[in-house]
Amino acid sequence: MAAEPAAPDGGRRREADAVRLRATALYLNVFVVAICGLIYELLAGTLGSYLLGDSVTQFSLVIGLYLSAMGAGAWLSRRITGELGRRFIEIELAVAVVGGASAPVLFLAYGSVAHFQVVLLGFVAAIGVLVGLELPLLMRLLEGQVAFKDLVSRVLTFDYIGALAAAVMFPLVLVPRLGLVRSSLAIGAANACVGLWGTWLLAGRLGAGRRGLRLRALAVLAVMAARLAMAGRLTSWAEDEMYADPVVFSETTPYQRIVVTRGRAGFQLFLNGNLQFASADEYRYHEALVHPAMMAAEAPPRRALILGGGDGLALREVLAHPSIEAVTLVDLDPAMTDLARRFPPLGELNHHAFGDRRVTVINDDAMVWLDEHPGTWDVIIVDFPDPNTFALGKLFTRLFYRRLRARLAPGGAVSVQATSPLFARRSYWCIIETMRSAGFAVQPYHVTVPSFGVWGYALARQAPFLPPTRVPALPLRFLNPPALAAMFELPADMAPVAVEINQLDNQALVRYYEKEWRRWE
Amino acid sequence: MGVSSRREFVALLLGAPLAAALGCGGRARIPPGALVGTGMARGHAVVRDLAAAPAVPAWREHAVVIVGAGVAGLAAAWELARRGIRDVVVLELDDVAGGTARGGTSAVTRYPWGAHYIVAPQRDQTELIALLGELGAIEGTAADGTPIVDEAMRCREPEERVFYRGRWYEGLYLDAGATAEDRRQLAVFRREIDRWSAWRDAGGRRAFAIPSSRSTADPEVTALDRMSFAAWLDARGLTSERLRWLCDYACRDDYALLAADTSAWAGLFYFAARQRTAGAAAQSVVTWPDGNAALVRQLAARAAIETGVAVQRIDPGGEVVAIGPGGAFGVRARRVIVAVPSFVRRRIVAAPPGATVPAAAADDHGAWAVANVHLRGRPAEAHHAPPAWDNVFRDSPSLGYVSATHQRGRDRGPTVWTWYYPFPGDARKARTQLAGASYDDWAEVVLADLERAHPDVRGLVGHIEVAFWGHGMIRPRTGALFGGGQAGGRIALAARVGRLHFAHTDLSGLALFEEAFDHGLRAAREVAEALG
Repeated sequence: MAAEPAAPDGGRRREADAVRLRATALYLNVFVVAICGLIYELLAGTLGSYLLGDSVTQFSLVIGLYLSAMGAGAWLSRRITGELGRRFIEIELAVAVVGGASAPVLFLAYGSVAHFQVVLLGFVAAIGVLVGLELPLLMRLLEGQVAFKDLVSRVLTFDYIGALAAAVMFPLVLVPRLGLVRSSLAIGAANACVGLWGTWLLAGRLGAGRRGLRLRALAVLAVMAARLAMAGRLTSWAEDEMYADPVVFSETTPYQRIVVTRGRAGFQLFLNGNLQFASADEYRYHEALVHPAMMAAEAPPRRALILGGGDGLALREVLAHPSIEAVTLVDLDPAMTDLARRFPPLGELNHHAFGDRRVTVINDDAMVWLDEHPGTWDVIIVDFPDPNTFALGKLFTRLFYRRLRARLAPGGAVSVQATSPLFARRSYWCIIETMRSAGFAVQPYHVTVPSFGVWGYALARQAPFLPPTRVPALPLRFLNPPALAAMFELPADMAPVAVEINQLDNQALVRYYEKEWRRWE
Repeated sequence: MGVSSRREFVALLLGAPLAAALGCGGRARIPPGALVGTGMARGHAVVRDLAAAPAVPAWREHAVVIVGAGVAGLAAAWELARRGIRDVVVLELDDVAGGTARGGTSAVTRYPWGAHYIVAPQRDQTELIALLGELGAIEGTAADGTPIVDEAMRCREPEERVFYRGRWYEGLYLDAGATAEDRRQLAVFRREIDRWSAWRDAGGRRAFAIPSSRSTADPEVTALDRMSFAAWLDARGLTSERLRWLCDYACRDDYALLAADTSAWAGLFYFAARQRTAGAAAQSVVTWPDGNAALVRQLAARAAIETGVAVQRIDPGGEVVAIGPGGAFGVRARRVIVAVPSFVRRRIVAAPPGATVPAAAADDHGAWAVANVHLRGRPAEAHHAPPAWDNVFRDSPSLGYVSATHQRGRDRGPTVWTWYYPFPGDARKARTQLAGASYDDWAEVVLADLERAHPDVRGLVGHIEVAFWGHGMIRPRTGALFGGGQAGGRIALAARVGRLHFAHTDLSGLALFEEAFDHGLRAAREVAEALG
């Protein structure tokens, strides 16, 4: 290093040792930088395939763009002439910021930006250019200290070994232990560390601006560490491990914890950790929930009420019926109906049902709302989460069903999601018998939804009736006349059992439910 | 009071540890609010002015005057109306009717100011069944004739939970960590309660019935009044701390006393009267968002009530002298129903010449503080026992709080919590000690108590209203019900004098809706009979 003062003769060997040591340290930097570079690429590819599906296309696009952007970076490196040390450190910090923020920003963007792919590829290009600048600059920093043939061989060796280390770390350590968001922040922090370390390693080349650079590096490191700590709070370790697929959206509202995960097979929505639907097979659940009631009503229903169902999927099925003139949807949690409205993948899934002019959304507790608002409906769809708390249990009481019955127009029909008659047989029959005790004539029925298993419903009217035999003339994916008929045939292992009636002051159902599902957990 | 004396006030009501925590890290925010009157000032003014009887410029005439619009007076008015007796007027000292069963209303919910539940009626409580029927609160009749209270008014599960050492537990009896001996003693206690709930005298009367006038007069049972509930428990070796806590809680809750001072009759009454027979589940608890104020509203619906009227003197001849908002006036009535607490009755009822009006001079009225805490939202809940109707802090001298929105099923968002604090000790001393307390002092006590279980509650409180019931309820101390030198028990106090008839829960010695209601009905029957 030219700028260093000449040492006295006795110190010459020590100085040579120091130069060698610095060179080795810089090779170590190459190793770390190589790991980081490849991990950003893997993160982008994984995110793209998780969120957009079609992993072949996503990975091809990401790898191709990333490599070419690195080429552009390498090409641009010749434009950097003076202050090589300072530039290298600045680039490290830039990689730390852009790369570290990539996964968190992409997750956020997924929920709110329509052209997610553009943002994704923008990140890939930016990180690629910055990473492409790193190696040429490092090589130039080491220039003159070793023979060129040694320099090339060593730098490239460390670069390729780094790539191997990254390829092993990413699937085995980072994704399972940290998840995508935290991995991205941790790798960003590693880049910042390289930059910070560089302020000592390249001290001789930095001159007076060294301190400012060091402060900037520390600031970047602090931001990464803070975000890392926050990410730790927002999605707990336990939560990440609870879901098989990566969490793409999560929010804790005053009412519940909403989590959306995205895997190869599509989306899943969880409320308080309980699966509400999987996009792959929700059509079975929702067609079975909605259409039997629509067909059981005496006349084609004009006014529909949906209680719960803030995801808008039952709403989608109801709106498909041309006879429908108005739908009122009552869901407790505004965050849930907002998500269904604004989260693009969910909006797509529910066919943007909340944008339909026939729909009125009310965010209130259905128990209280039913009591306070008069009016009747031709069809009522009740799609509450399973009765695993007392707050939910009240929505399955005789009192609730009495209020429900009073809101049903003459000749109208009700359907109720009623948990699994196979896994929670007593709970299922408790719901059926409780509805009967409230004066409903009830036809129990069930369907198989792969994500849930065998699922149960109650179809009810004010007076005795036969199950419907016709299916609506709509392009349905599951329901046809044989499937409809089969739903109303109950196998022996779901046959009625003796149960208590669920009332406000005994909440028998919550206790049945707790006991029955505990066996399967 | 300043902060240091506020700390003393908190220490006085909640103990030193909570007071020490107060003020650490700066002065905590006190939300806005106010002390709410309970007619105390006006009542004390009446006492001051008694000597100077006002000149009566005008006399009105009514068939019946009822003095006091608490549950007893309103029940009498309701029953007279049911019997077709018109020209009945109710005079009330306070600005609102309902006595200690009054309620309040906010934009969010109605809420109670005192008594907040009744026990579901047995089939022979026909008038109470009729009243509940008027409220749409009876949905049918069981095969044995017992009325079925509407599901919407039967206290919603979970009914109670108790906070102990950092977490909530379901129910009131702390089962977690109970030893085999604790459980054995609980079983022994339950067997005793079973025995008493099944007990019948030769005439088929229960040992402990609601209302208490239907209980037996058998000496085997009334003798229980001569010992304290604690002594009764001791005599049976029932010393388990968990069980004793439950018994103390029951006494504080219903009587503002500890078991050591409560008549064993009253202690057993609390547990046995609400159980139909041995092994039967306790009768449902029946409640409304504003507690018994819902019953009061129905009782008052058709009554002619004049509020803000301080009755000065009631003469056995049927003359009532009072000062109302428009000045002094007199009422000549064919019959008067005196439905006031015994400490008021003693001062305003004039004895007929050559006679004395029986009055229980020894009656002891306990003091209560009640706060209504208006919350903008609910505090965070850990995944322990979920929020209940009645939420009790095991280590607190308060009774905890009742959630006004629980019964309606509104489990999220704004609500009102009614916090109760009985003073089981010397009521006179409590009244003196607490007289100078400001709103801020009370609010700090309420919040410090709630913060035991809800550290984040302070930021959620919109405002607080605090009421201090200086003479909140009569207390069934040992010997107060059947002993105490009152031959024939307390029923002598209810005997008519001239044109005066008496109705009040104090006549039972127990402060319960059902007792007040029973006396109101009886007085109304007497009046109806007298009027022919």
